[in-house]
Amino acid sequence: MRANAAALAAGALFGLGLGVSGMTLPAKVRGFLDVTGAWDPSLALVMVGAIGVHLVLYRAIVQRDSPLFHGTFQLPSRADVDARLIGGAALFGVGWGLGGMCPGPGVVSLASGTLDAVTFALAMLAGMALQHATRREPSATAEGSHEQLGPTRSSG
Amino acid sequence: MNHQDFTPLPALAGGALIGLSASLLLLTHGKIAGISGILGGLLARDDGERGTRLSFVVGLLAAGVVLLVARPASFPSTPGAPLAVLALAGLLVGFGTRLGSGCTSGHGVCGVSRLSPRSLVATATFIAAGIATVWVTRSLGGAR
Repeated sequence: MRANAAALAAGALFGLGLGVSGMTLPAKVRGFLDVTGAWDPSLALVMVGAIGVHLVLYRAIVQRDSPLFHGTFQLPSRADVDARLIGGAALFGVGWGLGGMCPGPGVVSLASGTLDAVTFALAMLAGMALQHATRREPSATAEGSHEQLGPTRSSG
Repeated sequence: MNHQDFTPLPALAGGALIGLSASLLLLTHGKIAGISGILGGLLARDDGERGTRLSFVVGLLAAGVVLLVARPASFPSTPGAPLAVLALAGLLVGFGTRLGSGCTSGHGVCGVSRLSPRSLVATATFIAAGIATVWVTRSLGGAR
């Protein structure tokens, strides 16, 4: 119960941060990516703020023997850069540039109830389901299904 | 550079909240706050982490409701790109983030904070692809 409350609080903090910083405004996101035009560097400062805080706290937190509600820290350990990583990031970047939305704002914006937000979020979930369905490696249904949260295979 | 739209203080403050959130999830659950991974995990079969993921997503949605009431300017007031473009964008974002094991949060914030080589490469790649895409669509006179 307290574990789920902590996860809910983390989600709420994350969502508020996205909204306050301007990440839920697709035009602003595209303005950040428009480096050869009317460049709006604001979102670089979102990264600076987020990484600045997490870089310091991350180091302090992983000094602990374990997290508060779980046995062990589940941190990605892979270091290899492969075609899936680069291809996936490239496809994501194209979609991010087209729509001005990434997954977090895609969820938060659902609260606005606009047709734009619902269309993007449903298509995003469909894209995820499509990727899961077309995975080739045999471990796809077991460990592969939670790459990002898994102990060995993930990065983010 | 566009000085009118530049909002350094809200950007830094919002970013700090995101960094705090990622730290809270790490401290309490020992996990990376990767939104695409959390959503993807909800689409897969239950591995015992469903409650954590669902709680986090409910928190995101609750924040959206709070923003809508307390700070409506957080969301666009007029429709953006054509719906077909948004649908294509969503498909690419969903497929790409699962294929590449992360998005702006998992790679861009958490991974970069851990100085993970994979995340540094992924983040450079999706920002470059985003810049190229905006340049192409603007050159074609498409959605702003």
